[in-house]
Amino acid sequence: MKPFSYERAETVEQAAASAERNPNARFVAGGTNLLDLMKLQIETPSHLIDVNKLALYKIEPTPDGALRIGALVRNTDLAANERIRRDYAVLSRALLAGANGQLRNQATTAGNLLQRTRCPYFYDTNMPCNKRKPGGGCSAIGGFTRHHAIIGASDACIATHPSDMAVALRLLDATVETVRGDGTKRTIPVADFHRLPGDTPHIETVLEKGELITAVVLPRPLGGVHVYRKVRDRASFAFALISVAVVVQRDGAGRIALGGVAHKPWRVEAAEAELPRGVKSVMEPLLAGARTTQDNAFKRPLVQRTLASVLAEAKG
Amino acid sequence: MRFDEPAETNPIDQLKVIGQPLSRIDGPLKTTGRAPYAYERHDVAPNAAYGYVVGSAIAKGRIRSLNVEEVQKASGVLTVVTAENAGALGQGNFNFAKLLCGPEIQHYHQALAVVVAETFEQARSAASLLRIDYGPERGSYDLEEVKDTGRPAQITSGPGDSSVGDFAGAFAAAAMKFDETYRTPDEAHAMMEPHATTAAWDGDRLTVWTSNQMVDWGRSELARTLGMPKENVRLVSPFIGGGFGAKLFLRSDALLAALGARAVQRPVKVALQRALVINNTVHRPATIQRIRIGTTASGEITAIAHESWSGNLPGGKPEAAVQQTRYLYAGEHRLTATRLALLDLPEGNAMRAPGEAPGMMALEVAIDEMAEKLKLDPIEFRLKNDTHYVPDNPVRPVSPDPQSIADREKPEPNKRPFSQRRLAECFRVGAEQFDWQKRSATPRQVREGRWFIGIGTAAAFRNNQLTKSAARVRLDGQGVITVETDMTDIGTGSYTIIAQTAAEMMGVPVEKVVVRLGDSMFPVSAGSGGQWGGNCSTAGVYAACVKLRELLAQKFGANSADVQFTDGLVKAGNRSASLAQLAGDAGVVAEDAIEFANLRDSYQQSTFGAHFVEVGVDVATGETRIRRMLAVCASGRILNPKTARSQVIGAMTMGAGAALMEDLVVDKRFGFFVNHDLASYEVPVHADIPHQDVVFLDETDPVSSPMKAKGLAELGICGVGAAVANAIYNATGVRIRDYPITLDKLLENLPELS
Ligand SMILES: Cc1cc2nc3c(=O)[nH]c(=O)nc-3n(C[C@H](O)[C@H](O)[C@H](O)COP(=O)(O)OP(=O)(O)OC[C@H]3O[C@@H](n4cnc5c(N)ncnc54)[C@H](O)[C@@H]3O)c2cc1C
Ligand code: SF4
Repeated sequence: MKPFSYERAETVEQAAASAERNPNARFVAGGTNLLDLMKLQIETPSHLIDVNKLALYKIEPTPDGALRIGALVRNTDLAANERIRRDYAVLSRALLAGANGQLRNQATTAGNLLQRTRCPYFYDTNMPCNKRKPGGGCSAIGGFTRHHAIIGASDACIATHPSDMAVALRLLDATVETVRGDGTKRTIPVADFHRLPGDTPHIETVLEKGELITAVVLPRPLGGVHVYRKVRDRASFAFALISVAVVVQRDGAGRIALGGVAHKPWRVEAAEAELPRGVKSVMEPLLAGARTTQDNAFKRPLVQRTLASVLAEAKG
Repeated sequence: MRFDEPAETNPIDQLKVIGQPLSRIDGPLKTTGRAPYAYERHDVAPNAAYGYVVGSAIAKGRIRSLNVEEVQKASGVLTVVTAENAGALGQGNFNFAKLLCGPEIQHYHQALAVVVAETFEQARSAASLLRIDYGPERGSYDLEEVKDTGRPAQITSGPGDSSVGDFAGAFAAAAMKFDETYRTPDEAHAMMEPHATTAAWDGDRLTVWTSNQMVDWGRSELARTLGMPKENVRLVSPFIGGGFGAKLFLRSDALLAALGARAVQRPVKVALQRALVINNTVHRPATIQRIRIGTTASGEITAIAHESWSGNLPGGKPEAAVQQTRYLYAGEHRLTATRLALLDLPEGNAMRAPGEAPGMMALEVAIDEMAEKLKLDPIEFRLKNDTHYVPDNPVRPVSPDPQSIADREKPEPNKRPFSQRRLAECFRVGAEQFDWQKRSATPRQVREGRWFIGIGTAAAFRNNQLTKSAARVRLDGQGVITVETDMTDIGTGSYTIIAQTAAEMMGVPVEKVVVRLGDSMFPVSAGSGGQWGGNCSTAGVYAACVKLRELLAQKFGANSADVQFTDGLVKAGNRSASLAQLAGDAGVVAEDAIEFANLRDSYQQSTFGAHFVEVGVDVATGETRIRRMLAVCASGRILNPKTARSQVIGAMTMGAGAALMEDLVVDKRFGFFVNHDLASYEVPVHADIPHQDVVFLDETDPVSSPMKAKGLAELGICGVGAAVANAIYNATGVRIRDYPITLDKLLENLPELS
């Protein structure tokens, strides 16, 4: 850990303005990801802006039937919220599949979206990593890649995004509300929020420097049957090898999002159109262009089998 | 006290305190945070500075230059110790990679410096300013690749190879033959508390408060490495947050804390960061094991061979995976072989049940496979080849006999009997309790919703080891008995069973016993390792108590044979006196050791058990989830069923981890274990272990010690992995011989989904 200065922001505007002033600042919410990374000197901010005092703790309906989730709502509270469990069950299930109780008590909605990859080479500062040090090379490629991406990866980085929550948000077509350093606000669809690695794997989202997430908004409830299936080596407290989130309607139409396969939650709307023709037809467009390694080749059949199982479950 | 005749009836047999399911006497200290662990010794070593260990970033090569200038200028830094300024360091007998390296680097994360600063954060931050120029060299990191360069090597217990009769001929002639190869990966001990030490010097005398399973070994090794007299080193290790073998020997934390403290002339504490626990210290080495079995048409083993390959750094030992195959099943023609290749990975060394743990993961699957080939129930096949004599003795084994050989008058000449061997009973009791007869002999027959269900079994086997162990007991004027021995409690319950032993011997309630452990000022004990600690250390306390009883009988003016110790009183005839009175203000002290003599030559002492496991395997994903587990153990007297059960369920959990998820992944390009934290090296969590039962057969082994107890804590892990693997096969019909059995290995053989 490098020495850093610390400030507790009182208002959203103050937090954003301070971030604008301090180019090497980071917001800290639950701290469950950022602090670990700072201890290992993977992140080395010189200034921390604690956002925990900001009034971003509410889950409230909007006039047009959507649901706004404050950026600081803890994962535990979000998963337990009555509306979420009733109208957005897939989100609640995804959250509960993640981490453990203690971490979920601390982890926030915004922090979860912005958690960084669990690529083991990213975590070992002796190893070259383009995400940690742009241009240094990627030591995962050619190494141990069991957990790595099979789609949307690049020659610069094959890491996955580890969040379960984000997969459900992508499925639900959530949007992210932010405030920039100059005080301007914007809304970003989750679909556009995370980036594929390309040549710049260190740039993981479309957020600008100092841009603060204030809320995540879920559009009107979709109805249908919600399933989140996380596949992993141990029964709990493990990151997904892959995960499959679906919402299936009575007429067989539905949505599919995958975790553990790409640098972002993976969803291909064209694949969903194939749902009536069965899993095999869905797989083609869903993982078109997938590139696997010896270590992670199992992910493709695993996605197919898990999807089949999940769809069977959704049909009841 | 020499132990050279089988134990007769003695005070332990009263079982007033011994054998009772007492809760740990050190429990409240731990649950209230008052048990002082090595890194928290502010009480005895105030004002300690913090050391942060820097590990090598390459696996093999040299340090070309090492620049500490910037580090020394960083705020709070007191010193940087490297091989250059550490002074001459000796080499210990038990570790073979240097604990402080330079200029030569032998493995990844080998310690090359310790930065000492006022605070932990300062030390850690400054450590990143160390400038090191490496000259990397090519290393060898792939066991598969170097396997055939392996050379014969000794195992801890003796020769790595053995041969009886004519294996090749008998195997060739066998009616039924089996030949398969199994693989077990490198594994991490993954104990909760990392290696940690606080060190302080007083002139030329050094004290280390550390986390070490073997106090006297640690003390001797530290003295040897620092080149100082052993008398000048004190090692204190009263509480240990798990070890599993990782803390048997001196490691870099203790050496570097000592060096740091010497350099800054004040106490220094060092805890290894998690990544260093994995790549800086020791691990269980990976193995490749080939097993061949030949039988008659009806399933009598006529030929059995077990060969094992493993790798280690120069000077290291092989994993003794073939060991149990010399003892477990009958068969006239036998062969075991151990090959060791050179690898430049971190040091491979003992982890809970070294040898048997991975060895049984291969052997007991092979037995299951052979049984299926023979169309025999796997339990029946095992019992058909049960033996009450060590089969590696060059004499035909006798047919199985449920009666223990120890109950017989005289063992047959030229044959080495087991002192006790109730393997068959373990299987019978277990089969009954687990509903084994409901198992479908044909795999993939049982389905519940998403899950294929299967059950599997395996034998448990581990030798009982005996080591000298001493203790001192003191009776004071309040009638309180204080036991002192350098024995350690690594979470096992040593404090409690030692208190029970002294209480039983002296006829007092455990509340009247104070137990002080883990200090080199106390008599040298067996220590905690190789599942010998419980039996040997309590036997040492027994010996000291026998002496104390004699001294008190003398004081009482009676013959010790006529004296009873009960209810805090010494009684003879109609006379009695309280212990407190007899002790007087001066108190009475006795010290003795148990020393094991020739009995172990006449009898083979081993511990036995049977594991049963039921698993569900997700039809779609191939995820395996354990549903229930049972272990039946026959391992001598159970001194405390509660702490014993905890040992066994912990071991079963570790065995489940080995079967299903534990795998230190080697990066074969850079030569290190990639998943070096507890997020990526997965061990079972509660959700993985829904239901466990443990049954202890009622057994005493008078040949083992006056306690009539034996080892237990490693028995519990031996065979578990195989039982899980056999259950997975029974569930799915898929045989995976490459541990851990993760879903990717099962997937392609699971049925197509519609
Ligand atoms: C052992 C372990 C296991 C885990 N297992 C899982 C798992 O199985 N599945 C899973 O999904 N997750 C898992 N996690 C990750 C966990 O979900 C995240 O650590 C957590 O959600 C991060 O939230 P936080 O509030 O603590 O973020 P912080 O650590 O505080 O912040 C994370 C990042 O978000 C930024 N940030 C925070 N708030 C804002 C804001 N309002 N606006 C802009 N930027 C912001 C910070 O600057 C930082 O870069 C695990 C974590 C651990 C430690
Ligand atoms: S995959 Fe990405 S995160 Fe991992 S080492 Fe390569 S660049 Fe770094």
